[in-house]
Amino acid sequence: MAEISIKDIRKSYGRTQILHGVDLNFKSGEFVVILGPSGCGKSTLLRMIAGLEEISSGEISIDGTVVNDLEPRDRGCSMVFQNYALYPHMSVAANIGYALKVAGVPRAERDRRIAETARIVGLEELLDRKPAQLSGGQRQRVAMGRAIIREPKVFLFDEPLSNLDAKLRVQMRVEIRRLHKRLSATSVFVTHDQVEAMTLADKLIVMNKGHVEQVGTPLEIYHRPRTRFVGSFIGSPAMNFFDSTVAPEGNFVLFDGIRVAIDPALGRDNAGKPVAAGIRPEHCRLVSAGTANSVPAIVDFVEELGSGRIVHVEIDGQNFAVAMDEGQLFEAGSSVGLQLPAEHIQLFSLETGLRLDDDVPALKRTIKTTVAA
Amino acid sequence: MAFLASDEEAEPVDLMNKRAVFKSWWLPIAFAMPQLLLIFFFFYWPATSVLTWAFSLEPAFGGVGERLFVGWDNFREVFADTEYWRSVSLSLLFAFGATALSMFIAFVLAICVDRQLKGSGLFRFFYIWPYAIAAPAVGLAFRFIFAPESGLIAVVNTWSPDLWNPAKFGSHAMILVVVCFAWKWIGYNFIFMTAGLQSIPRSLIEASAMDGSGPVRRAFDLQIPLLAPTLFFLLVLNLTESFVGPDTYGIVDLTTEGGPNKSTDVMVYRIVSEAFRGLNYSGAAAQSLVLIALIMLFTFIQFRYVERRVHYK
Amino acid sequence: MIERTPILNAVTYFIMFLGLLLILGPFWMIFAASTQSLAQVNTVPFNFMPGADFLHNLQAAWQRANLGPALFNSFVTSVLVMTGKIVVAALSAFAIVYFRSPLRHVFFWMVFLTLMLPLEVRVIPTYNIAADVFAPVRWLIQTLTGIELSLQWNLLNSYSGLVLPLIATATGTFLYRQFYMTLPDELAEAAKMDGARPWRFFIDILLPLSRTNMLALATIMFVYAWNQYLWPKLMTTEAEYRTAMVAMRTLVPSVNSLPEWNISMAGALIIMLPPLIVVAVLQRWFVRGLVSTEK
Repeated sequence: MAEISIKDIRKSYGRTQILHGVDLNFKSGEFVVILGPSGCGKSTLLRMIAGLEEISSGEISIDGTVVNDLEPRDRGCSMVFQNYALYPHMSVAANIGYALKVAGVPRAERDRRIAETARIVGLEELLDRKPAQLSGGQRQRVAMGRAIIREPKVFLFDEPLSNLDAKLRVQMRVEIRRLHKRLSATSVFVTHDQVEAMTLADKLIVMNKGHVEQVGTPLEIYHRPRTRFVGSFIGSPAMNFFDSTVAPEGNFVLFDGIRVAIDPALGRDNAGKPVAAGIRPEHCRLVSAGTANSVPAIVDFVEELGSGRIVHVEIDGQNFAVAMDEGQLFEAGSSVGLQLPAEHIQLFSLETGLRLDDDVPALKRTIKTTVAA
Repeated sequence: MAFLASDEEAEPVDLMNKRAVFKSWWLPIAFAMPQLLLIFFFFYWPATSVLTWAFSLEPAFGGVGERLFVGWDNFREVFADTEYWRSVSLSLLFAFGATALSMFIAFVLAICVDRQLKGSGLFRFFYIWPYAIAAPAVGLAFRFIFAPESGLIAVVNTWSPDLWNPAKFGSHAMILVVVCFAWKWIGYNFIFMTAGLQSIPRSLIEASAMDGSGPVRRAFDLQIPLLAPTLFFLLVLNLTESFVGPDTYGIVDLTTEGGPNKSTDVMVYRIVSEAFRGLNYSGAAAQSLVLIALIMLFTFIQFRYVERRVHYK
Repeated sequence: MIERTPILNAVTYFIMFLGLLLILGPFWMIFAASTQSLAQVNTVPFNFMPGADFLHNLQAAWQRANLGPALFNSFVTSVLVMTGKIVVAALSAFAIVYFRSPLRHVFFWMVFLTLMLPLEVRVIPTYNIAADVFAPVRWLIQTLTGIELSLQWNLLNSYSGLVLPLIATATGTFLYRQFYMTLPDELAEAAKMDGARPWRFFIDILLPLSRTNMLALATIMFVYAWNQYLWPKLMTTEAEYRTAMVAMRTLVPSVNSLPEWNISMAGALIIMLPPLIVVAVLQRWFVRGLVSTEK
């Protein structure tokens, strides 16, 4: 159990800056997921918490102690690596117990704790095997066992599931979450997989290009992305965007020459501003061509998901995805109308990419509406 | 240092360094200390002596502090000696002859073995053997095999006397030492060529076969070009080794001892015998420096080449 | 192979057999000569069939070259060079690869430079320092403090003298460096997270993982040390420390009488056998060691 506080952390290699001042606070026992595309600096940040990477400037403290200059062994963290990093020449038991051996824990005590850990991660039968004799999922368990045996204050996961096949990944995801509940240590989990991020996180952090884009619960982040990047990064298919300008009256934006109504409360404050308007695929509606308040569109192609379908339509050369339940069939090439409900249209500044109504009261209001919906 | 910002997590891509390192200023020094001491005493100190000796004159054994700086005099003296230039050209002849012979035979054998016919493993097993044999032993054995009065070749002298006599004719002696060196290094060259050929992906050979090329065509179009880095490395190494290598010394010492009539008095042999028998330290040191310059040139070429190869990978 | 080409296969076999003749022929001649009597070995043309005097010749060679002590000396030297090289190389490569100190590059290049200058061209000064190892130390102390010391350590005619200069080169260090570089970074990171300090990591993780590496280096170093000639020849002025390779010189037949090639070859056979056994039996490791030191 430990709080982690990260203050204005920066990292650069030579002239290339990887992290541009990151401020974060993790509560004790929280499951934090850091999500971002490749190269956003998320792994670097995790490794700085672990003590594997020098901190160029800023301060990291765990439980109130500044750990910048502490060796990894003195920070009370343990880590699960992407490629597991098991010691190839040691048995499963020796791998799990190595930290205790280094710490000088007596043999009997060590064996007892290895057995207990093996039970938790389900490896009792395999303790004498070498890593090369294990399947991917089993190796993953050894890596987890090695992490939990030290009873650390903080668990660090560096994309631990990305080397597993899809089915195992889902299974291990559930197990990690269960383990977290049981051990209740603070966990920091780095991934580029948004499904992992959404399902695991208490607190989700989205990073891009060395900046923190947004911190929040998965639902907050999904429904009220703070920046255009977050909106487009989270959700599959991604949020649809079109660039436009808010009408002087503040009640609509133009899309392909058609007036699309927006929340007047939102528009009033931003009248005349150039904006990127975003809307999630599941909030769009397709109607027959020519229906009032609809933007004319051509069906490009349809993806069948079984539980529903995604219709890709084209408007003025721009692709729009519409997620729908089963129901009406649309044929490729047919003309349709696209309706964009005003309450679901989110506006982002065209210059800064920031959400235009990013304030607390608005946040509460939207969460209520989305939960109700 | 290579640097790719777009790489996963924007870690610096660095072929020379580990990402994970330990922090300590004295531990690495402690770990490196045995090696440091050894190379200081047995490499750098002697090497510095070579340098000072080459530019100074010193009385033989025991004279301390009376070294006389003479600039390039020792070199001038060495270069003015026609014997020296003869030795240089003999060395060149020896090095190029031995290298060409050894590499050619090894290459032919490697290509054959690489066809992976039944039993080629056994051939490979034996082809490596010569490398295990010390140069003096090779010298002694070949001295017997190529002796004028007994052994394998002696029979030609029964047809006509002195058709073959390395103890009498310089050219025969040179052929003898070249053959010794070449034979010993077949094993080494073979090992590297086989390794190089094996690293050519089978799929490439198969693709080329699908394109309708025969085995000989493939050797020229595919295997030789792809083996070029290995061949180049071996070329440089063979030349360096035959110029200054211990094997050259050992072979010459056990077969011809530089003779007859100094016709196999190659540079290495000359340096050692001058320094020890003639007690001409300064002359030997100057000659050593010339050799060192040659090796450095070779190594420089090779290093640049190898570096480039790493970047292609 | 990919296609059926009976003629080409026949040619390939023919060349390979020629090669075999070229490689094994000398071995056979050495062996055949060592079994023949003095008269037999000097018949022209050479008789390739073995004779009956093998044991007698071995015995004669053994006595003439005093091979008992010589082989023992060679063996001790080779094993010491082998172990010394492995220890020194494993440690110094660890320092180069796993620490980031500003001196690292200097050290790397200092080691690298030793490849440039073979023993042959610096043999006299090396001989001098072996005769008086502390000369540089005395010189250093004298120039720094003005105190003249009478510290002396003579390595001539000793095992240390045979071994130490041979360890002072870079081959093994580069082999180990190469090996360490192939290990994933995460291994050291995992060990750090597990609380292992550098020494611990070296002992618990690196050494056990480098076992094959060690064997490869051991084979090439054994052969290298056994086959040393010039250095032991120069520095063992007393017969007591003479190695087998140096003893080989005494087996060169004299020119004045009928040359006793049978005894020479019997001696050569004994002397070249140990490295040959290593290469033949441990060929896999030997080849691996050789190929990876030269990368």
